[in-house]
Amino acid sequence: MDRELLLVSTLFFFLAMVRTVVAIRGGNYQPAGFNFFAIALGFVLQTAFLTVRGQALGRCPLTSLFEVFIFLAWSVSLIYLLVGPAYRLSLMGAFTAPLVFGLQTFALLALIDQRHPRQLDPSPWLELHASVSLIAYGAFALACVAGLMYLVQERQLKRRRLNSMFYHFPPLTDLFAAITRLLWLGFALLTVGIAAGFFTGQPLPYVKIAWSLGVWLFYAAILFARHLGTTAPRAIAALCVVAFTAALSLLWGITFLSQTRSL
Amino acid sequence: MNLFCVGLSHHTADVELRERFAGHAAVDRRLREELGCTEVLLLTTCNRVEVYAAAEHPIPTERIAHCLLAANTTPLGEEVDAFYRHEALHCVQHLFRVASGLDSMVIGETEILGQAKKAYAAARESGAAGPFLHRLFQRAFRVAKQVRTRTDITRGAVSVGSVAVDLAAKIFGHFEKRKVLLLGAGEASERTARALVKRGVRDIRVANRSVERAQALANLISGSAVPMEEWETHCREVDILISSTAATSPIVTQSNLAPLLRDRLDRPLFIIDIAVPRDVAPDVNEMEGVFLYDIDSLQSIAQQSLAQRREQIAAGEEIIAGHVGDFSGWFVAARERTIGEPSLRTSES
Repeated sequence: MDRELLLVSTLFFFLAMVRTVVAIRGGNYQPAGFNFFAIALGFVLQTAFLTVRGQALGRCPLTSLFEVFIFLAWSVSLIYLLVGPAYRLSLMGAFTAPLVFGLQTFALLALIDQRHPRQLDPSPWLELHASVSLIAYGAFALACVAGLMYLVQERQLKRRRLNSMFYHFPPLTDLFAAITRLLWLGFALLTVGIAAGFFTGQPLPYVKIAWSLGVWLFYAAILFARHLGTTAPRAIAALCVVAFTAALSLLWGITFLSQTRSL
Repeated sequence: MNLFCVGLSHHTADVELRERFAGHAAVDRRLREELGCTEVLLLTTCNRVEVYAAAEHPIPTERIAHCLLAANTTPLGEEVDAFYRHEALHCVQHLFRVASGLDSMVIGETEILGQAKKAYAAARESGAAGPFLHRLFQRAFRVAKQVRTRTDITRGAVSVGSVAVDLAAKIFGHFEKRKVLLLGAGEASERTARALVKRGVRDIRVANRSVERAQALANLISGSAVPMEEWETHCREVDILISSTAATSPIVTQSNLAPLLRDRLDRPLFIIDIAVPRDVAPDVNEMEGVFLYDIDSLQSIAQQSLAQRREQIAAGEEIIAGHVGDFSGWFVAARERTIGEPSLRTSES
């Protein structure tokens, strides 16, 4: 039952993605409400999936790599729905839908929906640590999306080739401001998430600690460079893409390893 | 009831001829009293003179053209050939195209909608527009809005000045806190600067070899004149640099710009070079955070926008066709009520 909810949710993200691709290819992109509503409906179904799964498990549904990916996809949608309209980044939906679609499709097809036999005992600190950290990843994912938009927009302006999508992009300075805010939001949440991890009362796997601190330091360095003003916005945008891609790969690797070996 | 439109536009007449038929204050009264139109609306813009009217009996184009003559006594000769005439649903379709900017000289321009609204308000106020024209124009305004929002017909600037301002908006968003430096006080840079002031720029500095000319332009655009020798100092602070000097070789190069950009890496610099020969070396565009547009690239974007607008005509026509179909239902019923005649005359002469 819960997987069906997820399938329909994935379908909504797929529709939002297809509509954008068709519009862009047709040279007539309009940031209509369709994307926002498709993502909102997808989000409602993601929430329903996580609720059903959580009730069945009797804890926050973060017990397998599959659930981690879906929770991450849910966080991305949540941050988009909160941040997108507020910063007039309606076009962000065009970039968010493929990202969420990719995460969910991978989770559904990769046969990773298997519960790990060795589970840590449920604890409020552990659940706070896991959920807040993943919501932080949602903010970093959106910073990555805004970074991509910045790079596309900057490239068009540099090359003086403007397509129909160009006119729907937010101004470069607005995008850069959004990147900065999303980085701060993600960084603050990640700090809370990591700090909560130290209160779980359980032995901490050293690889996870190293990985978490590595990601934290990477984002701290990006924010530091941003506020020193010595790094070009284009480089910051590119770093957001690199940082999130690296962090996502590591998240997958670490979660996968922690399910197969005791880390 | 006959609904028709008679007029001339940039498609059929040059400006000299259009001026002759620009109409006069009493033209709608004459059309009603002398020619027997029951409803009249006169739409006069710099590119068209059109009469939209409803009448019990057909009224020849020559008589309407004669009414429109600014100097009533001038004889009409072959000038009347420049007039077009659209009747019934063709008239409806024509108005929808005009209001949507599909018939304009610059396709997709939106000024025409404001002019049509003004003409309609004037006709309502004078009592010249009745239920037919009321319904027709209200629908035309709706159609124009739909065409504008559902297609890209108004997208993209189509003149050099507006392209520059649009690009600046795409880089900076708001203009209130932006600083602009004009290098040279030529007419082209003045036009662009005025457009930026209109969009909210408050801080404009003018550097020119002739200090008097710089001061004169600064006064015109509420800016300040600065010595030409100090342009590099000001360049550190500004967001937009507009250059149009008469220099014969580039005055802005990578070597003199690099030290100026060192402290402002997180702030983009938009350079508009409208000088011929160019004031800014082309490789400046390769510098981090610099966006350089010269006259050719601005003109090319304007042409590109026009081409994109042309591509949107078919989508606009489709929306219009749907509305003409809808409107015909009401129109047939209204005609039947008025003259008891079910058929519609849709010929165009």
